[in-house]
Amino acid sequence: MIKEFRLPDLGEGLTESEIVAWKVAVGDTVALNQIIAEVETAKAVVELPSPFAGVVAALHEQPGTVVEVGKPIVSFEVEGDDGGSAGGSGADAPAKREPNLVGYGAVLENSGRPARRARSFAAPAVADAAPAPVVEPVAPAPVVEPVAPAPAVAEALPAVPRSAERPRSTPPVRKLAKDLGVDLAAVTGTGEHGLITRDDVRNFVGGGDLPVAPQDLAGVSAQAPAQGERETRTPIKGVRKFTAAAMVSSAFTAPHVTEFLTVDVTPTMELLAKLKASRAFAGYKLTPLTVVAKAVLIALRNHPTLNTRWDEAKQEIVQYNYVNLGIAAATPRGLTVPNIKDADRMSLLELSTALTELTDTARAGKTAPAELSGGTISITNIGVFGIDAGTPILNPGEAAILALGAVRKMPWEYQDEVALRQVMTLSLSFDHRLVDGEQGSRFLQDLGAILSDPGMALAMV
Amino acid sequence: MFTDDAGKSGIAAGGPGNSAESNRRTGGDLVQLVTPGGERVSHPEFDPWLQDVTDEQLGALYEDMVVIRRIDTEATALQRQGELALWPPLLGQEAAQIGSARALRDDDFVFPSYRDNGVAYCRGVNPEDIVKAWRGNALAGWDPYTVNVATQQIIIGAQTLHATGYAMGIQNDGADSVAVAYFGDGATSEGDVNEALVFAASFQSPVVFFCQNNHWAISEPVRLQSHIQIADRAAGFGIPSMRVDGNDVLAVMAATRIAIDRARRGGGPTFIEAVTYRMGPHTTADDPTRYRDANELEDWAAKDPIARLKSLLERKGLLTEDLETAVAAKADAVAKALRAGTINMPEPAPMDIFKHVYSTPHSTLERQQDHYSRYLASFRDPAEAASEEGAR
Repeated sequence: MIKEFRLPDLGEGLTESEIVAWKVAVGDTVALNQIIAEVETAKAVVELPSPFAGVVAALHEQPGTVVEVGKPIVSFEVEGDDGGSAGGSGADAPAKREPNLVGYGAVLENSGRPARRARSFAAPAVADAAPAPVVEPVAPAPVVEPVAPAPAVAEALPAVPRSAERPRSTPPVRKLAKDLGVDLAAVTGTGEHGLITRDDVRNFVGGGDLPVAPQDLAGVSAQAPAQGERETRTPIKGVRKFTAAAMVSSAFTAPHVTEFLTVDVTPTMELLAKLKASRAFAGYKLTPLTVVAKAVLIALRNHPTLNTRWDEAKQEIVQYNYVNLGIAAATPRGLTVPNIKDADRMSLLELSTALTELTDTARAGKTAPAELSGGTISITNIGVFGIDAGTPILNPGEAAILALGAVRKMPWEYQDEVALRQVMTLSLSFDHRLVDGEQGSRFLQDLGAILSDPGMALAMV
Repeated sequence: MFTDDAGKSGIAAGGPGNSAESNRRTGGDLVQLVTPGGERVSHPEFDPWLQDVTDEQLGALYEDMVVIRRIDTEATALQRQGELALWPPLLGQEAAQIGSARALRDDDFVFPSYRDNGVAYCRGVNPEDIVKAWRGNALAGWDPYTVNVATQQIIIGAQTLHATGYAMGIQNDGADSVAVAYFGDGATSEGDVNEALVFAASFQSPVVFFCQNNHWAISEPVRLQSHIQIADRAAGFGIPSMRVDGNDVLAVMAATRIAIDRARRGGGPTFIEAVTYRMGPHTTADDPTRYRDANELEDWAAKDPIARLKSLLERKGLLTEDLETAVAAKADAVAKALRAGTINMPEPAPMDIFKHVYSTPHSTLERQQDHYSRYLASFRDPAEAASEEGAR
């Protein structure tokens, strides 16, 4: 007979885990407690021992998949009813028993709540605010379940997109709906204030007003995808999921203003060349980013409002008396914004070393969580992609972000004549709650002044 | 005379972690009767306490340790399979628990922590009763008075106060039994433990403080907790202490016998530090690789308590095929029974929650009970419920 193993709660109240690797394949004979898989929870990577002795009949999830607690992950063909040493009727127990055991309330009904705890990645508040609809209802691959433990109704009903709010109902009715495999989001409540009643659930099941399957609506047969998929679906997770949540949160909480300034940076480029040739900087990596970063740190001294945070909860503005300078970095895992702690106290030499280290670490995908949190202002270098300007979105919790464009040779006014000069566009986005147009503009103007004439820095420090 | 001075000189410098300095700190005056290689070392003060240990008893200690390790790994597997909510493994601490528990008399009373499952096993607690609370099927797995073991304490160190209070009760009764508190290195930093030590010393109560220094208070290394040897903390309370190799079952047994004997004869409390190592995670929800050096684990694996006793038996020619077969069969049988017992454990009914609150009827509770039963009834079909009601 076939026995299923459902993903258990592996660490005190977890609701999902990621399958890292299978240690067995379909057709393998496994012993009781033989390690069959490696699974990563929000807390640890752990090995799963087989609960049965038997032959692996099916692996329901691919490595890399995030699986909800309670979903079947593997099926075994087990001899007889005894289930080897699993012992008597006990072999049936896992299916009967709800997978979360103690003290954590009822099993979540795929409510789309942010299950995984936010790692100390950046502002934790952002992760909590991760909007529910980002999560694709799990069921990506056309996995055929050999056993259908849920009532048939469950399979007849197509998945209904979840609304943000939980349908209004009472625990007994929710239980009934769960038993019947009814998704309450699809049921119209007739009770007081739209409360879903027992009868509503009953009518929904009996009434035949089942929503039409989306495939039919689109006029595409379910069997259609023949050779070469026309779409590829990738589960939203990891850095992508986090980035999305952070960007949405930032874009819709902080009113962004973006200003542009195009600057003749020829003197800065000449300075760079001079510094590179100097003995003090031999072996150090100096780029326009290094100088821009230093310029930002200098300009911030006179414009501290750009180095602040809006604390909505406390109704306070936090003025940072230090600068943790964030640098947006494209990494193998996606966009991250590690920051250089206390960058304002660094010399140009130290800053250049810190920048090199930061980008190398980020590219290797080895950035520590601590380096990703606590940033106060950020720089993104879109110039490396040959781009001139953009409207960067603030790193959540910060008041400003500067995008530096590519350095281009362009005809430009120079000493009242048109000359071929090295020109760069600066794009500055700031949180208009914290920074007025005047303050933002003056900051950008100072930046431009330093880059077009580095000697001006002397007047600002 | 047993107080160990080794730690007084050594406040080790450097960052967290136990690896580098701990060897020096735990090497000194540590009492060891069996080397990691299984060689019996003589010790004039401790040897007399082991004279009556027969070859059979050595074999029985070996069996205990193998069986409790098997119970421990089976319970860990059951947790990974969703049959237990949580499990605190004792891997590596078998000698400390078995050696001490086997030195007790039946009428002595044990106050254990959540990890002292080997002690519970020696006192006769059924393995499936040990896991009952970890499955969430009961608030406690056994009746403390049938085995003279209190329910496992989750609050760090709180049981030392219970043990001391119990020991004061023994004094009032004029009995000669002893209370034994089991706790860890981290617990010695808790206020409860310090208060217990004060009371035990003040009243010279018959209590043994048995501290398993397993080197890690979850992720906190012991050398951050205490700048002197844990055993030396006892001196500040005027309590004599011993520091023994906790992976040496004979050293642990001798030390416990010394402490128990002193308590029984009215000599007051004793503090034992059994230096051992938690080779597994703090609980199944923990990932020790995040804070622990793999080399440190390797060093301690070389001092494994079971391998050590096995070597001793081998040297003495006691490790027969019969013994090995019998021990393996016992471990298999216990593990199988534990698995079956766990999976088939009857689930408590929702209304059971009201059973263990008051011993006599209580009107507020009765009202709550009535409300709750009606609430539960609302989950059933109204028609069904009505017909049941009518049939009654």
